[in-house]
Amino acid sequence: MAENTANQNLFQLTLREARDLIKKEGSEALLKSLNARIESVNPKINAVVRFDPAKYNPGKGSGPLANVPISFKDNICIHGRETTCASKILAGHVPPYDATVVDKLKRAGAHIYAQCNMDEFAFGSSCETSTYGPTRNPWNTEYVPGGSSGGSAAAVASDMAIAALGSDTGGSIRQPAALCGVVGLKPTYGRVSRYGLIAFGSSFDQIGPLTKTVEDSALLLNVLAGHDERDSTSLEQPVPDYTESLGRDVKGMRIGLPKEYFDAEGIDPEVEKSVRAGADLLKKKGAELVTVSLPHTEYAVAVYYIVAVAEASSNLGRFDGVQYGARTKAQDLKTMYLETRDAGFGEEAKRRILLGTFVLSAGYYDAYYLQGQKVRTLVREDFEAAFKEVDLLLGPTSPTAAFKIGEKAQDPLAMYLSDILTIPANLSGIPAISIPCGLTSRGLPIGLQLMAAPFDEAKIFTAAYALEQEIGMYKQRPKL
Amino acid sequence: MNDYEPVIGLEVHTQLATESKLFCSCSTKFGADANRNTCPVCLGWPGALPVLNSKALEYSIRVGLALGCEVTDRLKFDRKNYFYPDLPKAYQISQYDMPVNKGGYIEVESKGSGEKRRIEITRAHLEEDAGKLLHEGVVGGSLVDYNRAGIPLLEIVSEPDIRSPEEAYEYLVTLKAILQYLEVSDCNMEEGSLRCDANISVRKRGETKLGTKAEIKNLNSFKMVQKALQYEIERQINSLENHESVVQETRLWNDEKGQTFPMRSKEDAHDYRYFPEPDLVPFTISRSRVEEIRKTLPELPGQRVERFTQDFGLSRYDAHVLVQDKTLAHYYESCVQAKANAKLASNWIQSELLALLRTRKLDIRDCPVKAKDLAGLIRLIEEGTISGKIAKEILPEMFESGKSAEEIVEKKGLVQVSDPKLIEEVAERVLQANPKSVENFKAGKKQALGFLVGQIMKETQGKANPKLANEILEKKLGH
Repeated sequence: MAENTANQNLFQLTLREARDLIKKEGSEALLKSLNARIESVNPKINAVVRFDPAKYNPGKGSGPLANVPISFKDNICIHGRETTCASKILAGHVPPYDATVVDKLKRAGAHIYAQCNMDEFAFGSSCETSTYGPTRNPWNTEYVPGGSSGGSAAAVASDMAIAALGSDTGGSIRQPAALCGVVGLKPTYGRVSRYGLIAFGSSFDQIGPLTKTVEDSALLLNVLAGHDERDSTSLEQPVPDYTESLGRDVKGMRIGLPKEYFDAEGIDPEVEKSVRAGADLLKKKGAELVTVSLPHTEYAVAVYYIVAVAEASSNLGRFDGVQYGARTKAQDLKTMYLETRDAGFGEEAKRRILLGTFVLSAGYYDAYYLQGQKVRTLVREDFEAAFKEVDLLLGPTSPTAAFKIGEKAQDPLAMYLSDILTIPANLSGIPAISIPCGLTSRGLPIGLQLMAAPFDEAKIFTAAYALEQEIGMYKQRPKL
Repeated sequence: MNDYEPVIGLEVHTQLATESKLFCSCSTKFGADANRNTCPVCLGWPGALPVLNSKALEYSIRVGLALGCEVTDRLKFDRKNYFYPDLPKAYQISQYDMPVNKGGYIEVESKGSGEKRRIEITRAHLEEDAGKLLHEGVVGGSLVDYNRAGIPLLEIVSEPDIRSPEEAYEYLVTLKAILQYLEVSDCNMEEGSLRCDANISVRKRGETKLGTKAEIKNLNSFKMVQKALQYEIERQINSLENHESVVQETRLWNDEKGQTFPMRSKEDAHDYRYFPEPDLVPFTISRSRVEEIRKTLPELPGQRVERFTQDFGLSRYDAHVLVQDKTLAHYYESCVQAKANAKLASNWIQSELLALLRTRKLDIRDCPVKAKDLAGLIRLIEEGTISGKIAKEILPEMFESGKSAEEIVEKKGLVQVSDPKLIEEVAERVLQANPKSVENFKAGKKQALGFLVGQIMKETQGKANPKLANEILEKKLGH
């Protein structure tokens, strides 16, 4: 980690460094640097969609993250600030309340900073479906940053954010983290409150941090984690100090390499090689590598695109022009509904609403939704069996590094398959992280994924931190 | 007409009398300004999540236990999806395949006849209410009031076991009494805390297959339910007699016209796309919790009817009338506890007291005459201090002034005259003044005696003991 902050641009600071600097000198210099960075870089990247330094000055925060600027994916409600899920249908929507994570960060003293681009309603893996236009990958602006939290990942990767929050329904934190070369954590389902996260797939969605380092991820999870009485799906599990798991020895840890994650069709050999090298580093440090099998992996994408879209079709019903957001005026109610939703939703949102409505329809429910839930149980059981044998599972985050903008936009199926290695963790609710483990020959980041049993985030941090220190990728930055 | 048999099932939505809504902490109070009792959760704002009100669950279980239902051991909610402006999330959180209560029954007794019929309950499930559309006085659109959105409802569905409009009425009266005894609902139909839809078909007697049913909505009172069912039975029978088929549809009751009309047809059959509510994880209801709740169940109306007939010697009919309203039953019992004769108290409450309450449009809850004061009045009659006639004059005064019967009797000098000497004097005067009646009586016209007694009562401003007056007259007339 850069120890000498005097010689670097302040926008490059990690969360921990920023926190320490602000403690000594206040946040003014850092904010000036960060604001200027957004002004100069964002036109190229389009990662930040809302940011108003004049209006949202830092408060006189106190607490563990006092005045540290944190950015947010545009589907996390911030009291008094427009929050739209990057969708036309929510244009002008200003939530009257804070999401629990925002509330917690405010209590920790954090500065609620910028709002980041995303795929519309978190539907996508490329950040191309936003009403604000695509976000570009800071490592190569011809390429996508991944999605759906592509704005958050790209903002962190391009030093426009010290750290950001994203949400992960089928890989939406980890896949863009992998493609942008940053650290992205999806906590255990129920670890972080979903209250105030505009829902996509309610039984999958989980908020998590996108950061420059593993340490920053642990620092943020310390603040975000915990039961929330406003979210019945958040669980009453004690919250350890996750920073204590950093620097612990990985010696004796059993790391499982799921063969399906390396053998799957479409895995780029460069990715496979880099991830295996990462595994070998852990072995060198005393961890034990074992090959395991997660036999139902091949069904994960299919199941996900039944159950998650079913929930989405219901969750998005409320965007009907009645109470908030955009309304297309019409002579009668039904026409108003149809025209509002036709004008307000983009292509991918419509596709998923249709798909979800179909699988829940009378006569199809048993064959799709119910069957999907059964297979979901099988996927969960795969993991339960595996975690009886190993502490962690290790594999690639994404089968490939970033793809070109437009490359998969017309081929939804190819796009869906890019989430094949991240979706299983959402189906089973387990925690998983993506950390950068190398660059491809084209200079694009590669992500390595570590998964653990429910509420075993601490183990993830131990291994991820050890790897990060060995690999040293966090020191590399895209040239912009 | 008699060749046909009606088959009726009722769906009752009862609002559970919790302080706060089913999934948020907003107030459930009726009559607040539009949209005052709302928050992001019951408005379905993006990102908001439901949290179950455990009181609503407890109330649901109380109802389930009182109706003899099987209470589920796993509580699960489902989403019922449809678009309508009063439904803020475009889905209603309800229960589909695992209602909190399954099975059960209500025993319906027709007019205290002692003949009980068992109406089976299919299910009673917990769900949230929708808001309310306002069209009146709105130009170029409609307004929505979401105060009601998210209020807890228990939907109690009967089997098609009901065989007449009267029985439907009795079912509703019985159910309402049970809900009131359980203190889980105000059961106020005007405020919408009790609503009823009726499913009805007719079939030839002896037929076992069900006919095509119609669903009737907009039934705002139990009497309306009865009237609408009566109308619908005749309409359906007429259709069948004229070889027309009954259409399966939803019909609205128009009370002014006394008819049902087809509801504006919905474009196509609704597919509600039910699926498990992912925001509320199913959880186990422990048997010990259910048993704890069972211990708190009060005496129920049926049990109380039995007790009133046995302990107080009331007829089943009288016991039914008194028991139907929990407050009334309590009032009656307080009267008896205050040493009023049990039968007299029953008569006085059912005839005089209820009539007075009706003319003053008061509920028994707001009765200005306390039970112990009515008991005092009844004791005065029993002891012979005042006549029943005087008592009937005193009661309205007690109503107005809130004074006890004793006070009024004393102040106005209304104590019954039971002194034979005094009555004899008056009798003498009356006989002399009415020679014609005396003649008539002696000629065998017995009713002349009644007239003469009346004259004595008149002379004494109703204070003479009528029994004594009767005896004295008879003696004097040489009987």
